[in-house]
Amino acid sequence: MTVDDRFTDSPFQKADPAELTRFEVMDGPVSDWATDFSHMDEQYAENAHEIWDDLRGRCPVAHTERFGGAWLPTRYEDVQAIAYDTEHFTSRAVIVGNYRPPLDLAPVGGVPPISSDPPFHHDARKLLLPAFTKANVAKQEITTREFCHSLINAFEGRDLVDAATEYAMHIPIRVIADMLGFPTEDTPKFKVFVENALEGVNRSPEEREASTEVLFSYLLEQVRDHIDNPRDDLTTYLINAELYGQKLAPNHVVGTMALLLIAGIDTTWSAIGASLWHLAKNPEDRKRLVEEPALRATAVEEFLRAYAPVTMARLVKEDVELGGVEMKKEDWVLLPFPAANRDPEKFERADEVVIDREVNRHAAFGLGIHRCAGSHLARMELRVALDVWLDRIPEFSLAEGAPMRWSTGQIRGPRMLPINLG
Amino acid sequence: MKVQIDSQLCQGHGRCYDLAPDLFGEDDEGYATLTALTADGNVPEGREGDIRLAAANCPESAVLVHEEALNDRR
Repeated sequence: MTVDDRFTDSPFQKADPAELTRFEVMDGPVSDWATDFSHMDEQYAENAHEIWDDLRGRCPVAHTERFGGAWLPTRYEDVQAIAYDTEHFTSRAVIVGNYRPPLDLAPVGGVPPISSDPPFHHDARKLLLPAFTKANVAKQEITTREFCHSLINAFEGRDLVDAATEYAMHIPIRVIADMLGFPTEDTPKFKVFVENALEGVNRSPEEREASTEVLFSYLLEQVRDHIDNPRDDLTTYLINAELYGQKLAPNHVVGTMALLLIAGIDTTWSAIGASLWHLAKNPEDRKRLVEEPALRATAVEEFLRAYAPVTMARLVKEDVELGGVEMKKEDWVLLPFPAANRDPEKFERADEVVIDREVNRHAAFGLGIHRCAGSHLARMELRVALDVWLDRIPEFSLAEGAPMRWSTGQIRGPRMLPINLG
Repeated sequence: MKVQIDSQLCQGHGRCYDLAPDLFGEDDEGYATLTALTADGNVPEGREGDIRLAAANCPESAVLVHEEALNDRR
């Protein structure tokens, strides 16, 4: 038996503190959204749509000195231009925070391929695409449906549930755990991994690194278990995958596993939660979708447009003028696809949710070479989650007065969603 | 009417094969393809609306539609 010695030592490497560019944590109240925005602010979480509409009218590219300097475009055309421009923008880091990773992390990045730049990006992405085609993710549909039913069965006898933590969250966690071949009993850990990666960006670099190390040790355990007991899942696939005639570097394998785990959970959780939030508040739309199941696929696209959860980010690679501002090398740039999706220049009735909108060229899954590799999986989960909910719980409404919370940071969705059943 | 997928633009969003699964398909990596019904870019009669809708929903504008207005009018 040949021994795979790539994973004997942990591939997690602590960054050399001298190579990290650190910024002072500025988490005070926002003075003006155009010049001092913070996507980590609770106001942003609650009022993102109003903030984007306001900025689109008067900026349209906002700036902040926080995070060492960051830009926030709000028009579709600017977001699109940045997404397409891999000459002036790098994906070396895609989560805006208080330190910048070293330059030599490019072109691979910590979590390929989302953190990778061309031409490496193309090859790393190609390895993943076959597992995430529409045809392949359809194989997960039956078990996903059964799982959604089991979550609803657990509501038996209750009139108030938290749809965010008792329904939406569990669905992507379970699906990605199955695809990666991780033990079902480990799933409670995943919520913590996700929070640390995406919502903890104002913590110190040391704290953030420590939580990344915990995630990587967990993933390494899974890799070692898969080396001993190979099976038909994404972990074994990545362990055996080859690029340029060689097996993948250990940090590529574990980095991609981290990406699949983190990126698949918060995002889909948010999309399912936001859709249920909308339906809980809009009885006309809810009734129509209960009565017309054929309309649900169209409505899902509209929920994705209007409540797109994901804002990506880039670092400026070369100074560039965009949307009337001068972006400087190493500035952060947020890519708020949800703001682009609400640009009235691009969409009619952009601020309304029109569940039978037929022409809907939204950018919820990004644009250009970094189109969300899991988009077909996310759509399947969202459709099944809404299908099962609407069939089983046709009558429901938002529990007024009970605590409700939208997440801060780059992934926006309900983290507490109190719903009255019946 | 003629239809074409611009493979330089297509990023595999799959809106076209979601909306019209008999007119568009996906390859092994999820990029859009034409199908037996649309082979050589020919649009089956009566399906022009579905082709236009798929094109209008492509986030990358990778579904190219040639209306051939002159021939249609003849």
